[in-house]
Amino acid sequence: MFGKFARVVAGLSMAAWGVTAHAAYQLNLQTPATKEGVSVHELHTIILVICVVIFIGVFGAMGYAMYAHRKSKGHVAAQFHENTLVEILWTVIPFVILVLIAWPATRTLLAMRDTAQPDLTIKATGYQWKWGYDYLSGEGEGISFLSNLATPADQIHGTAPKGEHYLLEVDNPLVVPVGKKVRVLTTGADVIHSWYVPALAVKQDANPGFIRDTWFRADKEGTYRGQCAELCGKDHGFMPIVVEVVSAEKYTAWVGERTKKVAAAAEDADKVWDLAALKQRGEKVYQTNCVACHQANGMGTPPAFPPLSGSKVVNGPKEAQIALELNGKQGTAMAPFKQLSDTDLAAVITYVRNSWANKTGEVIQPAEIKAARK
Amino acid sequence: MSAVLDTHGHDDHAHHPTGIMRWVTTTNHKDIGTMYLWFSFTMFLVGGIMALVIRTELFAPGLQIVDPERFNAMTTYHGLIMVFGAIMPAFVGFANWLIPMQIGAPDMAFPRMNNLSFWLLPPAALLLIVAQFTPGGGAGVGWTMYAPLTVQAPMSMDLTIFAVHILGASSIMGSINIITTILNMRAPGMGLMRIPLFCWTWLITAYLLIAVMPVLAGAVTMTLTDRHFGTTFFNAAGGGDPVLYQHIFWFFGHPEVYIIAIPAFGVISQIIPAFARKPLFGYTSMVYATASIAVLSFLVWAHHMYTVGMPVEGQLYFMYATVLIAVPTGVKVFNWVATMWRGSLTFETPMLFACGFLFLFTMGGFTGLVLSIVPIDVQLHDTYYVVAHFHYVMVAGALFSAFGGIYFWLPKWTGKMYNETLGKWHFWLSFIFFNMTFFVQHFLGLAGMPRRIPDYSLQFTEFNVISSIGAWGFGLSQLLFLYIVVSTIRSGKKAADKQWDGADSLEWTHLPSPPPYHSFETPPVLK
Repeated sequence: MFGKFARVVAGLSMAAWGVTAHAAYQLNLQTPATKEGVSVHELHTIILVICVVIFIGVFGAMGYAMYAHRKSKGHVAAQFHENTLVEILWTVIPFVILVLIAWPATRTLLAMRDTAQPDLTIKATGYQWKWGYDYLSGEGEGISFLSNLATPADQIHGTAPKGEHYLLEVDNPLVVPVGKKVRVLTTGADVIHSWYVPALAVKQDANPGFIRDTWFRADKEGTYRGQCAELCGKDHGFMPIVVEVVSAEKYTAWVGERTKKVAAAAEDADKVWDLAALKQRGEKVYQTNCVACHQANGMGTPPAFPPLSGSKVVNGPKEAQIALELNGKQGTAMAPFKQLSDTDLAAVITYVRNSWANKTGEVIQPAEIKAARK
Repeated sequence: MSAVLDTHGHDDHAHHPTGIMRWVTTTNHKDIGTMYLWFSFTMFLVGGIMALVIRTELFAPGLQIVDPERFNAMTTYHGLIMVFGAIMPAFVGFANWLIPMQIGAPDMAFPRMNNLSFWLLPPAALLLIVAQFTPGGGAGVGWTMYAPLTVQAPMSMDLTIFAVHILGASSIMGSINIITTILNMRAPGMGLMRIPLFCWTWLITAYLLIAVMPVLAGAVTMTLTDRHFGTTFFNAAGGGDPVLYQHIFWFFGHPEVYIIAIPAFGVISQIIPAFARKPLFGYTSMVYATASIAVLSFLVWAHHMYTVGMPVEGQLYFMYATVLIAVPTGVKVFNWVATMWRGSLTFETPMLFACGFLFLFTMGGFTGLVLSIVPIDVQLHDTYYVVAHFHYVMVAGALFSAFGGIYFWLPKWTGKMYNETLGKWHFWLSFIFFNMTFFVQHFLGLAGMPRRIPDYSLQFTEFNVISSIGAWGFGLSQLLFLYIVVSTIRSGKKAADKQWDGADSLEWTHLPSPPPYHSFETPPVLK
């Protein structure tokens, strides 16, 4: 009964506003890119229309009374204060309307929660403050990377003009094939985060210590942008999610490229570096992965994020620090960083051990990281 | 009535301390009510300044005036101060002033405990404010204080937890006092189904408070021990669960919504009949609707956490239970409109605020219905749509009702009349700027702007600009309210004993304006 009408209204509203999904003054939900998203859009339209009709009815009556039953117009107050029939009617009718709403809502919800038989399973891990992705099964199995905000700091602080996708751009987007059922497992490394991509009609909290799941099947190729939706500390507003939905061929090509990169990095691990080159590379890795908590000057923001400058761990035996970087530290905000390549880890540890007040003079080679992983 | 007036001359004005000690040691329900109301207004300004910091930062994309930690602290303490420091004490202030007068009692049942429950508030408020200046700054964890983010937070978190404990103790004592007063101190002939609806709403609210404040205290205590004493209630590595915190918090948090809204319903139920010059429609059904809202409020908590990953059966149950609340809430709105229907209406400032309440609170109710539907909530949860929704309920609902109540009873309390023209200005400025601030936030939420972010992407700019301008307008309009109240107390014209034609509760019909120090020393004679 509602379905067709809702589709017309939803269609109109989408045509009016949806095409300009990223334009200003957008009044409605983002244009959905999944079937479930379309159902949610329709459901919202149905309920909005019902609410508006009731609203007009109730406040039409109130408005009429405010106009016609004024003392200044000489209206004398009636003294009735009960009417059993009316009271029963306005209890029963809303109840019936609610049952009518609950029916399509239940149907949509059951479809949204059915994560069975995915084509691709990806784990999304929320870190303070970035996302990590591990392709667990399906084409691309074994791919693993971190996805950081790509907007430069000078845009945020207003010293450079802001780009088109300000705060909604990352260095490594999540890439998935079009038309395939993608199951996303969410978990958090430190505090609760929430994986939210509006156009895919997906929001799932990422709870530390637990795994929860959701799924989507994108109908259209394109880039879909979302953000962390659960307050997770200082840079909660700066950990976007970008999902690139590509054709099956492009996806296969991307998987090939990624796999090659991993292989190249593995070979790379046997190369021997000098201090200057490693420090230079390490500074870049530090800027991307560490600076949010431990700060550019290495002073951290205690007590949650301790200083690295002068730290006992950094100036102590290197094995302890390598283990800490690989495995994180239970019960603290320090997440494991084993997704980084051996070279990147060696570089960042070398950088930290030879910066600020730290002057160990040690050079950590990628081979040492490789050995420590085993 | 003359007996009451006669006692006025030799009541204990002469015996009690003067100056500041009068207020520190007072056990009088009117003095304590007044202190609650001024305390609440002070906190409203403090919380309001925090809101303006938030809105000013959000005026444009990019970080301008505060860093993200400070921004998060502002959203946290704005929420805590407004909920626990401004709105809740405001209605306890109304309760103190009005309940003894409306049921024909001389004072509250436990006057000394009444004094204590007020004087616990300033230290708690001080803790919340001092927290901003401790090492690490205020805790940027949100007013909901979700673990495990709170476990990382700086020491201000401990001050906040302690403040919540004190506020809870104060609320529980206030509630015991209110329940005892209403159940035991009614004048002869004042049956329970005869007390004004305001007293009914507070009776129900007080039970809610006693039931849920200990739950909140438990949740924050567990946070405290997780922080300092090695427990792992909310840490999976030690067998705990971060989601457990949310269940406990919202078991308090959802009834809390009604702890704020139900006394507001009570105030509106006094104002509308007075200006319609017609008895409240469906008194009995109002009592039952309020009670059933209160009972249902215990059964729907997890609709605040649809996206935590609970089983689909859980989501369905909480969705069905939540939409049910729309039925008794609808009954209340229909009753208010039916009270106005075929009345003899006038629109002085209290009535304007009551109509504004009705209109905007109903909108907040409708967005609540939209949010109760799980598939839609998955899109809108933790976005600005939710921010808009609860400000329609909290500001246009509870706050407008409190403003209406102040204008309604100020002539009774002070014996002086406020300036009607300025009162109407206050209403219209608040009404327009409120909508300017919050209506556009629905669009931001629909388009996907998360809440609690200090900076946003460019497509959200325009509505944020409008919202920020509205917030400044709303904030500044409240200074007009302060001026109106102060000038009424200092130089208002004399108010009549029964200032409003249609007002029919005992404080209007049996007591002068202002009422004597001890409301009824001998019980009123009721027909």
